[in-house]
Amino acid sequence: MLKKIVILLFVTCFACFKTVFAAESGGMPQLNPEFWISQIFWLIITFGILFIVLTKVILPKISDNLETRKSQILENIEKADKQKEESQKKIDEYEKIILDSKLKAKSYFNEAREKILDDINKKRAALDKDLDEEIDEVEKELSDLKNKSGEKINKIAAETSAELIKELIGEEVNSSSISAIVDDQSKINKER
Amino acid sequence: MASNPMYQFNVYRIGPEIKLGSVDISFTNASLFMVISSLAILIIFNLGAKKKTLIPDKIQLLSELSYSFVAKMISDTAGSKAKPYFSFIFSLFMFVLFCNMFGMIPYAFTVTSHIIVTFMLAAFIFVGVTIIGFMKHGLGYLKLFVPSGVPMVLLPLIVVIEIISYLSRPISLSVRLFANMMAGHTMMKVFGGFVISLGIVGGWLPLSFSVALTGLEILVAFLQAYVFAILTCIYLNDALNLHH
Repeated sequence: MLKKIVILLFVTCFACFKTVFAAESGGMPQLNPEFWISQIFWLIITFGILFIVLTKVILPKISDNLETRKSQILENIEKADKQKEESQKKIDEYEKIILDSKLKAKSYFNEAREKILDDINKKRAALDKDLDEEIDEVEKELSDLKNKSGEKINKIAAETSAELIKELIGEEVNSSSISAIVDDQSKINKER
Repeated sequence: MASNPMYQFNVYRIGPEIKLGSVDISFTNASLFMVISSLAILIIFNLGAKKKTLIPDKIQLLSELSYSFVAKMISDTAGSKAKPYFSFIFSLFMFVLFCNMFGMIPYAFTVTSHIIVTFMLAAFIFVGVTIIGFMKHGLGYLKLFVPSGVPMVLLPLIVVIEIISYLSRPISLSVRLFANMMAGHTMMKVFGGFVISLGIVGGWLPLSFSVALTGLEILVAFLQAYVFAILTCIYLNDALNLHH
């Protein structure tokens, strides 16, 4: 169906052309030389004016515009590069400062620690010394007491035994012999 | 006679008859559309060139893009030596493009659908390119007709063919543009006529053809202007850089 219509269209089209060309003496108006000179004349004038105005006025402006834009963009890129370098430098500086201050802080900390440790050691030494002295004193006292107590006990024991004997037997015994016996006994006790 | 598809190509006088001596140089509808196209180009590009902002607005972008488009086309096909001819090729491309595009407006006249206009442009290009070639290379320009690496036996034949192809350049250049524009507009007129004659029942098919053809013709209008300009560049390239 579609094919038929298309064929019909072309046939009518062809017939139409044929009648047109038959009816008109010149056929295509393009081949009618009546206005050729006029067309050439006006073509030269319009195209000439167009060419001259474009060449002298408009195209230099556009090219200028493009050039300035290009140079401006290049300039801006250069500036941006410079600023980037500067900022890189500043970042480096800043990092250096941070590193320095970190080191400083570390050294301060170490100093303070040593100081405190020193202080603590000193105080501890002093305290140790005091304690040792006190301990020595107490030990001395203790040993004194120990030494003294043996004699005292012997004496008391001799006296007590003399009294006991007096009560039991009713007569006095030589105190020196009693103390000798007590001493012997205490020695035996000690040995045991 | 309005249903005649060739009627749209008729040239008629607008205003009084102007005579220069014995030749008729009256202002016609063709002249009118040449003036309109030129004025439109000048106005658009003047607007685009007037403002000098770093970030272009729409019309400035349009003019700058066309500028760089044509500049790239020339440097790609004809090299850096063709730079002095940039403004001519730019004007040529814009003139043909605007004439083609104005022809796409209904009831408008298509300047480039007339063989005499396209032939004048092509002949001017041909003569100009030949003069440039002889000025650059002297008689050495004739080497263009003698390709290198051709056997001696074939040489006479090749030279004849080369000369014929060189001489037919203006004809092929002009006929290509003229025939494309004329055929496209005639076809659109024919299909438009079918819409009327087939009426509301059968008119939809030619109408859809018409719509598709309009798009195609706009493409052809741009393409033919581009081809015209790029062929000019290629001819210029032959004249500037003798390759043979």
